[in-house]
Amino acid sequence: MATKTNRPTSPHLQVYRLPLTGIISITHRMTGVMLTAGLILFVYVVSALAGGADCYAAMQAVMNLWLVKLVCWGFIYALFFHLCHGVRHLIWDAGSSFEAATLNRYAMIELAASLVLTLMTLIWGIYGL
Amino acid sequence: MAEFTLPKNSVLIEGKTFKAPAGATNIRRIEVYRWDPESGENPRIDTFELDMDNCGPMVLDAILKIKNEIDSSLTFRRSCREGVCGSCAMTINGKNSLACTKAIDSYSGTIKIYPLPHLQVVKDLVPDLTHFYAQYASIKPWIETQTPAPADSERLQSKEDREKLDGLYDCVLCACCSTSCPSYWWNSERYLGPAILLQAYRWLVDSRDESTGERLDELEDPFKLYRCHTIMNCTDTCPKGLNPAKAIAETKKMLVQRKLG
Repeated sequence: MATKTNRPTSPHLQVYRLPLTGIISITHRMTGVMLTAGLILFVYVVSALAGGADCYAAMQAVMNLWLVKLVCWGFIYALFFHLCHGVRHLIWDAGSSFEAATLNRYAMIELAASLVLTLMTLIWGIYGL
Repeated sequence: MAEFTLPKNSVLIEGKTFKAPAGATNIRRIEVYRWDPESGENPRIDTFELDMDNCGPMVLDAILKIKNEIDSSLTFRRSCREGVCGSCAMTINGKNSLACTKAIDSYSGTIKIYPLPHLQVVKDLVPDLTHFYAQYASIKPWIETQTPAPADSERLQSKEDREKLDGLYDCVLCACCSTSCPSYWWNSERYLGPAILLQAYRWLVDSRDESTGERLDELEDPFKLYRCHTIMNCTDTCPKGLNPAKAIAETKKMLVQRKLG
């Protein structure tokens, strides 16, 4: 049947409005990929530590660039977001809190918690413990 | 596999606009996905301006008005017009629902109507659900028993056991949930999707069914069941207010509990 093979695929990502849980779900994946990629930066820092004084000074200069700082804070936020949604998955895996009416509230809690944890890290970074 | 863009033959082109009749004051714009298998053209978006003073309250009423008064070639499925048959499932303003249970007034501005996402389109708003129904058949949606039926009665169920089916037997297989699920979009050949998994769970918890073990064996598969990543689009979109994600989670729990003995 010629017409059958020519059938178009109906629009999906192009027209579907993901609910907040859907957006958080894909962000969880993306932060997972980003965290893995970010480990390259981590390895760079660690190897600079082992590379002697010159290497260390060069690394410090790189780490002080505002763009790199931004990447670092992005990494920390991604880490906390990934952690918070990971905890959410654990709660789901235990079979609880699937009720449609509570989904957005939990999603907001996750977002707020990851933001608060990042801010706490920022404050800790500035003032120390 | 995940394909984020539409294939060449599915990319939308601009369609026709049908103006409201002169003198109409209460006008609502409805954009509708159109594809005619005989035209040889790509799908298009037609715009209809409807006189709302002369139209029923539901989205389905608007579509029927278009078919009756403006363009009789508009093709869609509908039957009960009260949310029990599941025929008029479509994407309305970015969310899957039954056109007959959604009031036009619950949307503001232009209403955009598409066929259910990521399916082969037969014509206009009619997608091909052959595969979806085949997946339904694959879970054996009937009671399977080993013991003979009682001689003088039906297979009876306690009230409590019957209540376990609430929120499951209500599913009308409209496919709103399955076609809202990105996992189903990318893996529908092997992933059963939320609707079918909810149905599978309906038979798992039926106290009269005697093949729970075999049913679980069938589902214990990295794709059939475990492509569910708790994205929750299914529960968000279900026009009957059911919870496929919860049914899937309960199924996963049953598999773990069986392993633990």
